[in-house]
Amino acid sequence: MIRTSPSRLPLYAFVVLAFVMCALPADAHLNSTGMGPFYDGLMHFLMSPDDIVPVLALALLAGLRGASYGRRALFTLPVAWLLGGLAGLSAMAAKPHPFIAAAWFLLLGGLLAADAKISLRVTTALAALLGVYHGYLNGVGMGQFETASVAILGLVFAIFVLIALAAAFVVHLRANWARIAVRVAGSWIAASGLLMLGWAVRTR
Amino acid sequence: MNERRFDPLVRAMALTVFVFLCAQTAFAHPQKGEAVGFLTGFRHPISGLDHVLAMVAVGLWGAQLGAPAIWVLPVAFPMVMAFGGMLGLMGVPLPGTEYGIAISAILLGAAVMFEVRPRLWVAATLVGVFAIFHGHAHGTELPPGQSALLYSMGFVIATGCLHALGIGIGTVHLWSWGQKLLRVAGGLVAVGGAFFMWKAFA
Repeated sequence: MIRTSPSRLPLYAFVVLAFVMCALPADAHLNSTGMGPFYDGLMHFLMSPDDIVPVLALALLAGLRGASYGRRALFTLPVAWLLGGLAGLSAMAAKPHPFIAAAWFLLLGGLLAADAKISLRVTTALAALLGVYHGYLNGVGMGQFETASVAILGLVFAIFVLIALAAAFVVHLRANWARIAVRVAGSWIAASGLLMLGWAVRTR
Repeated sequence: MNERRFDPLVRAMALTVFVFLCAQTAFAHPQKGEAVGFLTGFRHPISGLDHVLAMVAVGLWGAQLGAPAIWVLPVAFPMVMAFGGMLGLMGVPLPGTEYGIAISAILLGAAVMFEVRPRLWVAATLVGVFAIFHGHAHGTELPPGQSALLYSMGFVIATGCLHALGIGIGTVHLWSWGQKLLRVAGGLVAVGGAFFMWKAFA
């Protein structure tokens, strides 16, 4: 009589079935990090390319111009975003216009690609306008949640960190090729804006 | 008494079936289609060999010409190509697009092969005119229902990567044997362009 060990298949099947039956949460609407509204807002910014790209472009532009420009953008943009977001919380509705999103890409990407010698005042004005506009849209979108103001704080924190990192990185670039690489990134952003403009007026 | 043992293949199949039954997390609304938009946008410029040849040739020519053409040409091309893409999306007609694309590969390949060194504005204008044809072709072919932003970014980044590839290959120009190799590569691009021209007529 040959003795064989009993099959382990039922055990494997049970283990796999247990994993299969494990229900995962649906990530609908707002990205839920499970760590509270602050991190939800932070992740919302990091997962929104239409927000993150103009902020990155502004940070790179300010960094190319110098440390004082970077410092101005570092504080102006998050504050403007916060004010816009808080204003948006009480607004009824607002629909982001694709032309305006494309225009931001074109403007900031174009300035970056051209290494435009803009003044500190213009940089401040751009940061304030960008912050108020995008913050307002974020606020309107988050207004339906009770903890929206905390989420906006998280979002603003993410913007602050992104500007600090990106601008500081570019300020220290001395090699010509490295500064050109930053400008090439600007040309890509502007080119994306042009295509987005085409999508917005697409006739077919 | 003999106990029945399951074949390893049967075990593997049973496990595979269970794994496939595993339900994935639902990504409703914001995420749906966006990654697809970026990936399809990224794939678009590299899906056609005629586009690839011309874009790599721009990088090769830029590397051959040196600074500032090495970065002016790859910056000019995506910008003007996006403008052409915008025209295509808006439905503005541009006749002879396929011929324009084929001619771009022929002339850019020939420029690399004969190491043509025009003034910077002439080279940039030539590259810009060709970029309109490439962009227009892409713009009219864009599929509906994609995420405009991510698709556009993927599209532009892929184009930039093709230029960077051309520049990377073009660095062999620093050596004398590399200069000859680069000219041969230019010749191959021109031959590829001639093939696509023949296809456009056929």
